Amino acid sequence: MAGLPRRIIKETQRLMAEPVPGISAVPDEQNARYFHVVVAGPEGSPFEGGVFKLELFLPEEYPMSAPKVRFMTKIYHPNIDKLGRICLDILKDKWSPALQIRTVLLSIQALLSAPNPDDPLANDVAELWKVNEAEAIRNAREWTRTYAMGNI
Amino acid sequence: MDSDEDIMYDDDYDDSGNESSGDDDVEFAMVEEPNNPKERQELDEYPYEVLTTEQILQHMNECMKEVNIVVEMPSTVIRMLLNHFRWDKEKLMERYYDGDPEKLFTEAHVASPFAKMAVPAKIAKKEHRRTGPSVEECEICLSTLPSSVMSGLECGHRFCVSCWAEYLTTKIMSEGIGQTISCAAHNCEILIDDATVMKLVPDAKVRLKYQHLITNSFVECNRLLRWCPSPDCSSVIRVQHVESRPVTCRCGHTFCFACGNNWHEPVRCTLLRKWIKKCDDDSETSNWIAANTKECPKCKATIEKDGGCNHMVCKNSHCKTEFCWVCLGPWEPHGTSWYNCNRYDEDEARAARDAQERSRAALQRYLFYCNRYMNHMQSLRLEHKHYATVKEKMEEMQQHNMSWIEVQFLKKAVDILCQCRQTLMYTYVFAYYLKKNNQSVIFEDNQRDLETATEKLSEYLERDITQENLVDIKQKVQDKYRYCDSRRRVLAEHVYEGYDKEWWEYND
Repeated sequence: MAGLPRRIIKETQRLMAEPVPGISAVPDEQNARYFHVVVAGPEGSPFEGGVFKLELFLPEEYPMSAPKVRFMTKIYHPNIDKLGRICLDILKDKWSPALQIRTVLLSIQALLSAPNPDDPLANDVAELWKVNEAEAIRNAREWTRTYAMGNI
Repeated sequence: MDSDEDIMYDDDYDDSGNESSGDDDVEFAMVEEPNNPKERQELDEYPYEVLTTEQILQHMNECMKEVNIVVEMPSTVIRMLLNHFRWDKEKLMERYYDGDPEKLFTEAHVASPFAKMAVPAKIAKKEHRRTGPSVEECEICLSTLPSSVMSGLECGHRFCVSCWAEYLTTKIMSEGIGQTISCAAHNCEILIDDATVMKLVPDAKVRLKYQHLITNSFVECNRLLRWCPSPDCSSVIRVQHVESRPVTCRCGHTFCFACGNNWHEPVRCTLLRKWIKKCDDDSETSNWIAANTKECPKCKATIEKDGGCNHMVCKNSHCKTEFCWVCLGPWEPHGTSWYNCNRYDEDEARAARDAQERSRAALQRYLFYCNRYMNHMQSLRLEHKHYATVKEKMEEMQQHNMSWIEVQFLKKAVDILCQCRQTLMYTYVFAYYLKKNNQSVIFEDNQRDLETATEKLSEYLERDITQENLVDIKQKVQDKYRYCDSRRRVLAEHVYEGYDKEWWEYND
């Protein structure tokens, strides 16, 4: 691979030196642009206690274009579909090169605390989230127990 | 202050433009474009101008100056505000004097030109807090750099110049955004003005593209301007009022100003648009459908028989009609004797066939007009090739003691031939939608006359012109093209008269 940009090296170093609470991001041994990410389900959310695996890739144009992020662990969330794709503005049109891996992961963590069923990606989940929030939250807890506990 | 800014802006669009940045190659890429004087053309009292990209910029600057005289702001701010209002000067002025200019700036995402004084203090504080007064960290490349290479807008977000250049280049080249590039900071919607882009982008190619994006949005917002649709042509036609009229660009391309299609006399833009859509949708498909399918006699679903017997069961789940493929009558009375289909004259079967015939007839009718339209289009393409052969002939004749003026008739003949082909092509679009009445019969006569005359002219031009028959042929060709031209005019005038007197009635 061509030389890694200074920005990516620095960002990785800082990520290692001062990790974000509840989030770990480790570059792949083979590919320094590919990160293995683990996010802990935020306290007080239906995902609490769960450990969610994600993959994060920094494309050639990074930081001019956004990193590609995807959930590897199944999750019941209105803005995350069954392929793990995430609907988050800063990963799309609101991306700014001043954002970083750290800020992206923090935003994803925040999305777990505050699902936004009005801007859905998984329609059925969003629908239930709006009509019967209690049941949706029960489902999310159930999925968290089934898929995001004890299998990392 | 404002007049200074203004002059600076104009300089940008000329060739110097190295105001403040200290870059040695800050020259405006626009200089490559030819600097022709305005060409004012008049045709049938429809005045229009052909403008180069550079003249468009001048025109844009003039618009901005007009506003500037009244509201006194830097030109680049005015440009962004004008763009926000789709170049409607009155709207901008109205809003500006309506009360709260600061609110207007926020709404248009423009850094307020009056807030400048407050900013340096903010930046100074930021610098101080971070790394001392002389170095700052660029949040994009994460390098600690001297403040002299950091830059930013009035919003106070500063990045190093090379990250700025990369950011702007990505926006301009990959995303094709010109008018609405916002500050690189997250959640900052302040738009970047031209002077800043020019200062921060070193690559001439990128600046040229930026220029094009800016002019493009200006032209596209402006009803009285239209890009020449010819490929690789970057001229703009400017008119005084929008009308369906032919305009000819500097590159030689003639098109309708109102719709941008090739000049389509005598048919109107709306019908042409309908026609083009129809052709795009189904020309090839309908040919195939006509040849290979029938319709279910009940639900009219189109069916292709790809094997099996003639006992058809419509696959349409709401329908499931059983019928005979041969006679289209219901299957039931056929029983086992389908092979002979001796039920041909049964009423129901006849009704089904009639209905089918009607829909096929509509298709046939369309194909009739479409084929002729396509045919003239194809001929028109071939006639264009005549220009080359005719040019050769003209040169040859001049070598045989003929003067330049004496041989011009050949080029003129091809000109007229092409015009006639083009008109004929569009008469078939007109005719397709036309309902039959007395005037439409006259129209069809005119069309036929023009068609015959055009074919004759085309034939004459194919002939070999030799020294011996030259005088004779010249006379004949001239007679022919004069006749063709007059027929074309008669036809067009008749159609236009019909528009005025509301003779024409349309199908669909």
